[in-house]
Amino acid sequence: MAPVVPRSGDAVFANVERVNAELFTLTYGAIVRQLLTDLEEVEEVNKQLDQMGYNIGVRLIDEFLAKSNISRCVDFKETAEVIAKVGFKMFLGVTATVTNWDVEGTTCSLVLEDNPLVEFVELPDTCQGLYYCNILSGVVRGALEMVSMKTEVSWVRDMLHGDDAYELRVKLIKQVPEEYPYKDDE
Amino acid sequence: MIGVGGKIKQYSSVLEKPLSKGRQEVSLSAFAFLFSELVQYNQTQVDNIAELERRLEDAGYAVGARVLELFCHREKGNRRETRLLGILSFVHTTVWKVLFGKVADSLEKGTEHEDEYMISEKELLVNRFISIPKDMGTFNCGAFVAGIVRGVLDNAGFPAVVTAHFVPMEGQQRPRTTILIKFADEVLRREARLV
Repeated sequence: MAPVVPRSGDAVFANVERVNAELFTLTYGAIVRQLLTDLEEVEEVNKQLDQMGYNIGVRLIDEFLAKSNISRCVDFKETAEVIAKVGFKMFLGVTATVTNWDVEGTTCSLVLEDNPLVEFVELPDTCQGLYYCNILSGVVRGALEMVSMKTEVSWVRDMLHGDDAYELRVKLIKQVPEEYPYKDDE
Repeated sequence: MIGVGGKIKQYSSVLEKPLSKGRQEVSLSAFAFLFSELVQYNQTQVDNIAELERRLEDAGYAVGARVLELFCHREKGNRRETRLLGILSFVHTTVWKVLFGKVADSLEKGTEHEDEYMISEKELLVNRFISIPKDMGTFNCGAFVAGIVRGVLDNAGFPAVVTAHFVPMEGQQRPRTTILIKFADEVLRREARLV
């Protein structure tokens, strides 16, 4: 079955309260600098950013579902389209494209050409191993986990490393079946 | 995986990029989520409230330093304020407007001390989604904004101590936030000479 073409997130983005992207960008920069000072190891910073993103994703999915009117996606292909066209738009005001599907339809790439996190950013030589936007991969992973999809998300291309775009590889590990009836809290 | 051959590097340095007009926006929730992570992370790094506020202020300071440079260039035709009232109104008007989408509610001079000024905001953006648990006393996330203000002032040559406080408002459920700016002696001495 061909995936339903999801509507774009433009209308949702137009209706949510917005803030200046530079405040967001500079605040994120402050976080990354604090982590670099505290943790010293670039690897540890990557981990911490991913963890912060995960925490955000877990909470963000509620707002996403509440405001976007998106109901259950039929398959992972539709899920990816919704993330790219509605999710990114709704929160960051940019859209991603979905490409590079594998034959099983379980791995794809989200490609971002515009990325509000990296305005004014240049990686110094000492931070070459840093995935500056690693918070995004955590967000995607956390949000998908809340809709029963276990995924692995990793960076393939990064403009701060000299590539021509940002590319997130999203791999569906397994779909956790929902249990019904839900257990009451004991 | 990153760094395979055939790289296309669009700009060799961030300074070669054209300066954006600064009109791009992200959703308020994206910022709120991010800010909440900043606070929560810093909570794991400290064992008292004062230290937590200091760390948030540090993070804000770094933002302020950049904001000064960026806005002086873009909004003020590369001119920087050199007078006390000039720089205060730059913070209250230009900085607030670009960062928070509105001019700050009020800018006042302290009545008791010559070196004190206050910027007040009925609902400070960073406090919108925050409630302070009782055991955290006078903690105020506005420390981050206080840091931004200090970053701007300090880098413009007006060293000051900047703190954020809640001020209860009659007939209002939520207190307003006042950013208290106490300038260093040297600033006032210089200002006096300039008159």
